[in-house]
Amino acid sequence: MAKSIDVSDLNIYYGDFLAVEGVNMTVKARSVTAFIGPSGCGKSTFLRSLNRMHEVIPGARVEGKVVVDGQSLYDPSVDPVAVRRQIGMVFQRPNPFPTMSIYDNVLAGKRLNAKKVKKSEADALVEKSLRGANLWSEVKDRLDKPGMGLSGGQQQRLCIARAIAVEPEVLLMDEPCSALDPISTSAIEDLIHELKSDYTIVIVTHNMQQAARVSDDTGFFNLKATGEPGHLVEFNPTKKMFTAPDNDATEAYISGRFG
Amino acid sequence: MSTDLSDVATDTTFPPPSLVRARLPRQATLIVGVLALALAVLGGPLLTGASWYSVPFVAGLLLVVLLPLWSLQVEGRRAAVDRLVTLLVTYAVTLALVPLVWVLAYTVIQGLPAINWAFLTKDQTTTLDPVTFKQMPGAGVLHAIVGTLLITLGATIISVPIGLLTAIYLVEYGAKSRMARIITVLVDVMTGIPSIVAGLFAVALFTQFGSVGTRIGFMGSVALSLLMIPTVVRSGEEMMRLVPADLREASYALGVPKWRTILKVVVPTAFGGILTGVMLAVSRVIGETAPLLVAVGTVDYMNTNLFSGRMQTLPVFIVSKYKQGADLLELAWGAALILVILVMVLNLTARIIGKIFAPKTGR
Repeated sequence: MAKSIDVSDLNIYYGDFLAVEGVNMTVKARSVTAFIGPSGCGKSTFLRSLNRMHEVIPGARVEGKVVVDGQSLYDPSVDPVAVRRQIGMVFQRPNPFPTMSIYDNVLAGKRLNAKKVKKSEADALVEKSLRGANLWSEVKDRLDKPGMGLSGGQQQRLCIARAIAVEPEVLLMDEPCSALDPISTSAIEDLIHELKSDYTIVIVTHNMQQAARVSDDTGFFNLKATGEPGHLVEFNPTKKMFTAPDNDATEAYISGRFG
Repeated sequence: MSTDLSDVATDTTFPPPSLVRARLPRQATLIVGVLALALAVLGGPLLTGASWYSVPFVAGLLLVVLLPLWSLQVEGRRAAVDRLVTLLVTYAVTLALVPLVWVLAYTVIQGLPAINWAFLTKDQTTTLDPVTFKQMPGAGVLHAIVGTLLITLGATIISVPIGLLTAIYLVEYGAKSRMARIITVLVDVMTGIPSIVAGLFAVALFTQFGSVGTRIGFMGSVALSLLMIPTVVRSGEEMMRLVPADLREASYALGVPKWRTILKVVVPTAFGGILTGVMLAVSRVIGETAPLLVAVGTVDYMNTNLFSGRMQTLPVFIVSKYKQGADLLELAWGAALILVILVMVLNLTARIIGKIFAPKTGR
């Protein structure tokens, strides 16, 4: 079920402003791909263009090709809603729906799409998703309580459970641990390791140790200068990236001699 | 190096800055307040024979002068200014509350004697007393209560869908388009429409379909909805803008189409606020008199058909009884009290429902 993503010559715009320029890469199926780079270099923008969330912002558009399993995402006949059902996303800040309970949050993808789910199937799906997100044991006795009542780390794992409950093929994660403490972070990293067997995972992170720990491939994004568009500097297996990078700028950034 | 540091530490001639300051006693405000009151009573009604009404003003003035002065002597300038401003702010709140409480209390005092069982269950139809064969004037306002409720309900049913859909367009679809800006300006203009103009508009509109002089309850609903729509639009717009973009994106990322996101995420999250806005709009129009006078007219009997014949409403009833003279003033006050109670009940209900649907924090 997991799919690979081929990106070729992707330019991403906000109105007339070119934010990311000329990205080419192949994200392998059933692997974790991490994007690192300084703030404002377009990692998140690029990530959001992979499931057509970029165009939610007024004036935002994309040129180039993103091909998932032979289908071009930006083909005029492609429905962005269908794309997002296959390529899920977890955001930087946990954002459970405030009007819903933990149980309903997990089922949100089904319920909001007006899919009729039988009670027994719903229960099974909620348990499976929450177990998948390592949250089941912590919340199994209070599924009817509001999702907003959980701690930040729990909320983020609830959002992951919500994202995997719709059974996407690809899971995009935009700095999922940046608002979390080390223990919650480690819980989510463990989770990423487990999810890898079923999903293609793409993660944006500011934490290079995290990229090194969880990912198989790493992409380094950078800006040529302030005001210039961001671009992909280097895309290599994580091991190579952190031991012998091809590019001097990558090595400078990774070893902290950046600037 | 270390010896230098210890030298500095032991050599200090200055005492560490103290956190202790001279403070007024805890009940300073109370003490000065009682003093000011005593002075005001003594120097006013008791000695100079001034009116008792002067006491609160003189006492308030004395308090606002004496307390900061005392504070300046003991505590210093910053604390004195703090006490002065705190007092002024408290006075402002009191001033704002006085007319509010006064109006409510006066309405209750004047209106309560008029309210009895007949008042609430009969209309104003004159009846023939079977014993004396005298014409008996009607005793009740039920027809006006029903009329007000029906016409306001009609106005709400017209305004809420139009208003909410406009708000949804402005927030979710229009964004910063020219169309959205035009609508916003028009809505702002509509907020300021004089209510009589809305009434005349309804009359003019219905004259196109019926004969001149037609007055039916539904015309009143249309007139009131003109006044309600802008309020519903503005409050709905503000409430939906408060829903974080994060939630919309979370919904989109689950593959939920935009329209379902609006219906299932944005509107429910903003529901409490939207409901409050609708109730404010209802409260605004429920007491409108002028448009109903021209569009609905006035009758003495019960008419529950919104689409045929004149209807009576509480505000119009109050006006007509007021015009008819002093002996009917009690009826007018009774109707006024009922109107106030209606508004309060509606508001309380809205608050309770809003609480139930408000986003839960779980804490």
